[in-house]
Amino acid sequence: MEGQADFTERETNGETVLHFTGRLTVARIGDLDDRLTDMAIRPAKADISEVERVDTVGAWILHKLKRDYGTKIVGASNNAERLIDQVASADEIVQVRPDEGSAFSRTLARIGAGTMEGFGSLRGLLAFFGGLCIAIGNVFANPRRFRFNAVVQRFETVGVSSLGIIGLMSFLIGIVIAQQGAVQLRQFGAEVFTINLVGRITMRELGVLMTAIMVAGRSGSAFAAQLGSMKLAEEVDAMRTIGVPPMESLVLPRVLATTLLMPLLGFYAALVMIMGGGLLCWVSLGIPPDTFIQRIREVVPMTDLYVGLIKAPVFGFIIGLTGCFQGMQVEGNNEEVGLKTTAAVVQAIFLVIVLDAFFAVFFSSIGWV
Amino acid sequence: MSDETVITVRGLRNAFGEQVVHESLDLDLYRGEILGVVGGSGTGKSVLMRSIIGLQQPEEGEIEILGQNVAEANESEYLDLRRRWGVLFQNGALFSTLTVAENVQVPLREFYKDLDEELLDEIASYKIVMSGLPVEAAPKFPSELSGGMRKRAGIARALALDPPLLFLDEPTAGLDPIGAAAFDQLILDLKESLDLTVFLITHDLDTLYAICDRVAVLADKKVIADGTIDELLATDHPWIQEYFDGPRARAALHAKERN
Ligand SMILES: Nc1ncnc2c1ncn2[C@@H]1O[C@H](COP(=O)(O)OP(=O)(O)O)[C@@H](O)[C@H]1O
Ligand SMILES: [Mg+2]
Repeated sequence: MEGQADFTERETNGETVLHFTGRLTVARIGDLDDRLTDMAIRPAKADISEVERVDTVGAWILHKLKRDYGTKIVGASNNAERLIDQVASADEIVQVRPDEGSAFSRTLARIGAGTMEGFGSLRGLLAFFGGLCIAIGNVFANPRRFRFNAVVQRFETVGVSSLGIIGLMSFLIGIVIAQQGAVQLRQFGAEVFTINLVGRITMRELGVLMTAIMVAGRSGSAFAAQLGSMKLAEEVDAMRTIGVPPMESLVLPRVLATTLLMPLLGFYAALVMIMGGGLLCWVSLGIPPDTFIQRIREVVPMTDLYVGLIKAPVFGFIIGLTGCFQGMQVEGNNEEVGLKTTAAVVQAIFLVIVLDAFFAVFFSSIGWV
Repeated sequence: MSDETVITVRGLRNAFGEQVVHESLDLDLYRGEILGVVGGSGTGKSVLMRSIIGLQQPEEGEIEILGQNVAEANESEYLDLRRRWGVLFQNGALFSTLTVAENVQVPLREFYKDLDEELLDEIASYKIVMSGLPVEAAPKFPSELSGGMRKRAGIARALALDPPLLFLDEPTAGLDPIGAAAFDQLILDLKESLDLTVFLITHDLDTLYAICDRVAVLADKKVIADGTIDELLATDHPWIQEYFDGPRARAALHAKERN
């Protein structure tokens, strides 16, 4: 490259003199630093009178020559001299990287940290739950503090605007269940039982479960991201200092929205699934809609509806709680927002499925089968 | 300072929806000068800087930097421009997942891929010390720094490539007076030894008096006046009079005279 920094060694009066040429700038420095560091001799002088330009990187390299070999810099322009002085006064021992131990201790530390974090997260969630209960208590004791507008606004984003996607998903799932059921049951000549399958599984399980997954992905993640970015921008701290408790103003409306809307959305999803199943029964099994509805009313017991409606608000509460909890855990940098958002969704879906298993055992043991 | 312009802005118009921020704004920045840009909060100083460096598409007007029309520059020309300027954003804009030292190394790594690690670390170290950060700050993440320290880390990153052209958006806001004075000195020293040209947005009257060769005043959507502070004082625009003849300005002037 033109103007590449370079040097040659010459012996003058029994002294080694380094003659530098080219530009001593970050763009042209190349491997000059390496070559100088590996040098076997201790040059007495460095002549930079032929150098075209020096920036701080060039000045730093010259400063190191002076510092490490006691080399005298000659032929420097005023500017170059001033730069060398400037970088020299900035020469301090700086630890550039954060402390890190050996690979073994790092691995151990990571396992330990992971374990602590797992338990910490569980404990934190419980504490958060407690905090929310206190906030609910406060609002009950002092109903004027209830933020009606905030709740209504959440109703819209959590509920109304998700009707389309939940409806579409449910309709397709209804078709799939009916189709798969029909194929299997046909082998026993029991196609009519497809109606039982569709009616019961959607009311009891799938309506609420699939809705919970959708709400966790749509709203739980949004809660975590919103609260997380507010936390980063110190908005949450600002609220606290002004005297607006974040639990009441941010968390409660969101949790309330998911808790109250989950039963409605779950019921809606179950109905649409039944419609999807009904369409398939009509088209491929030749069961007309009025017969289908008649059969549904006969085979789906009322308890199936109760099972769904009891589970739904619990799931909604879990989703809202984990979303807000993870959002409030954000600290430090933007990457955390992404991590916590993911954690919110994963944790919510995991807890929902675990609880669903408990509910299944519970309801069958009280005879709601 | 020479007659050669480094930045030429002509007839600039910027608007956000209905709100017009700039209207037929003209500005020149000459090689080797430090231009102070002042104006009330919200008059569009940051927006002006963003449009000059090509982050904000102006609705009308021509912007030329180092002889290059920014709007017409292709990808490689724009890349070449970026290597020749350093930018400090108003809020620091540090990369939050990198340490301070790594932040400083980002431009170096991006443009000079063959620099070796050891030299990179050394460069980051002296840049950090030069910008007035304590040495303990180097391995820390931005979220572990105070506001003023973040600003200094931003300065260290803006200076990483020793760029001939420097854009600074309120560099001394949030710094203690001693730190601000040290910053003024740093910019002045670097300007002399590296022949820097600086576009400096500031409200700091001390900085204006201490290091700016010329001051441009932004008001009524354009540059209403520019020149040395004495020249500005000779105009009779009420805002300029109030700005440079208020109690704070007089205190800053006294401070300068005492030195
Ligand atoms: N991204 C944006 N969208 C809408 N308006 C903006 C945006 N950025 C800046 N503005 C408006 O432009 C005006 C100038 O802003 P700015 O340049 O940041 O002011 P300052 O001179 O204090 O730096 C302000 O009124 C601000 O509201
Ligand atoms: Mg601004």
